[in-house]
Amino acid sequence: MAEKKSIEERVKEMIVEQLGVNPEQVTPKAKFIEDLGADSLDTVELVMAFEEEFNVEVPDEEAEKLQTVGDVIRYIEEHVEEES
Amino acid sequence: MRRRVVVTGFGAVTPNGNDANSLWESVRNGRSGIDRVTAFDTAGYDCRIAGEVRGIDLSEAFRNPKEARRADRFSQLAMTAAKEAVRHSGLNTDREDPSRIGVIVGSGIGGLKTLEDQHTVLLQKGPKRTSPLMIPMMITNIASGMIAIEFGCQGPNFCVVTACATAAHCIGEAWRLIRDEEAEVIVAGGSEAAVVPLGLSGFANMRALSLRNDDPQKASRPFDKDRDGFVLSEGAGIVVLEELEHAKKRGAPILGEIIGYGLSADASHITAPDPNGRCAARAMTAALKRAGKNPDQIDYINAHATSTQQGDACEALAIRSVFGPYTKKVPVSATKSMTGHCLGAAGAVELILCLQALEEQLIPPTINLDNPDPACDLHHVPYEARESKLKVAMSNSFGFGGHNASLVVAKFE
Repeated sequence: MAEKKSIEERVKEMIVEQLGVNPEQVTPKAKFIEDLGADSLDTVELVMAFEEEFNVEVPDEEAEKLQTVGDVIRYIEEHVEEES
Repeated sequence: MRRRVVVTGFGAVTPNGNDANSLWESVRNGRSGIDRVTAFDTAGYDCRIAGEVRGIDLSEAFRNPKEARRADRFSQLAMTAAKEAVRHSGLNTDREDPSRIGVIVGSGIGGLKTLEDQHTVLLQKGPKRTSPLMIPMMITNIASGMIAIEFGCQGPNFCVVTACATAAHCIGEAWRLIRDEEAEVIVAGGSEAAVVPLGLSGFANMRALSLRNDDPQKASRPFDKDRDGFVLSEGAGIVVLEELEHAKKRGAPILGEIIGYGLSADASHITAPDPNGRCAARAMTAALKRAGKNPDQIDYINAHATSTQQGDACEALAIRSVFGPYTKKVPVSATKSMTGHCLGAAGAVELILCLQALEEQLIPPTINLDNPDPACDLHHVPYEARESKLKVAMSNSFGFGGHNASLVVAKFE
């Protein structure tokens, strides 16, 4: 059985795919807008993709606080239902 | 003296090749770009053939994969052709006054694939899941916006949407704006990417498409007795129009001059052409008048002729009424026999073919013209390209909605 990817790995892959950036750029401290070149449409699209991938709901007021890659990883780790 | 408007660059992405040269090579040799649809499974579709663009390299047209992903296919094709056209013209937009460079690139339908995909998302996942990029990707004017962003063109920017006359109107309006001193350069043309399930089924159910599924390359047969509809194609055609003195000053290649543009409406039926062809004729007459040419000064007509029963016959009637006895002498060809019908891009693709014909002194043929329909009695150029002394050519475009546009282009002298 293939080893299950961590939340962090999956989040990073999705960011690389959607923003067309290099994997090395996607560090926990990287800011979506300033460092990864995202605009407001990208950030909405990314949050929707995270919601779907991890089956979590991110209210708009929470989404606004997710400025860095690390913010997202933390948020998802805190809110995702542990899969048994 | 009115300002003169010349063409200094062009680019094309079509089923016949991914640049303007390969389009010309294909068309001058009478080769069809039509084949079975590969983009999706057509089981259950009445029509299973189309002209698809194959293997475009988006990394040439877009700075990074994200920009390409955020563009519907019609914008991807438009950007690819625009890059070729601007490169061809040698225009360095960094050295120009950006406020004097415009973009007018239209599409008949716009981002149909995006609409289709997102509607599926809406039905399957609900309203919270449709993409924030859906609207900016599908709106028909977005190609004009994206091209302006890419080249920093801050002059006049819009798009005309007149179905299959879209590109002709975009080019005509660009010509008018440059003449009227609103801009020095305008990147103009059209793009279409409607070979998607909704497009193929929608046109087929209008009974507009050829159903010659077993013989795709014979399906588009304008003016032939056995024509049974047009072949849906995708593609883009873009020209760089420029004020003559501006072009000369920067030593630009001058590929031809737009000298006439005429418009009219059938005001007859939403999709069927006016059976007496009077209004299509009026667009041609207006273009001739603007060009200051008599009918017998036109050396070649690239017909709109899409391969529908009614459309081709009405255009032939209109041509006969404008050209009178000279109809017997003016060569007419329908290059859609090879490209299929690129809808909103067709007028630009065909104007480019006219420019290439003027340059090469060679008239591209109408293929599949086995039995010319007596109702389409014109001076045809069947199967083989014909050498001819060419100075002035006319390109016709007619769109659903009854929109007619005719452009007259001359070899630059």
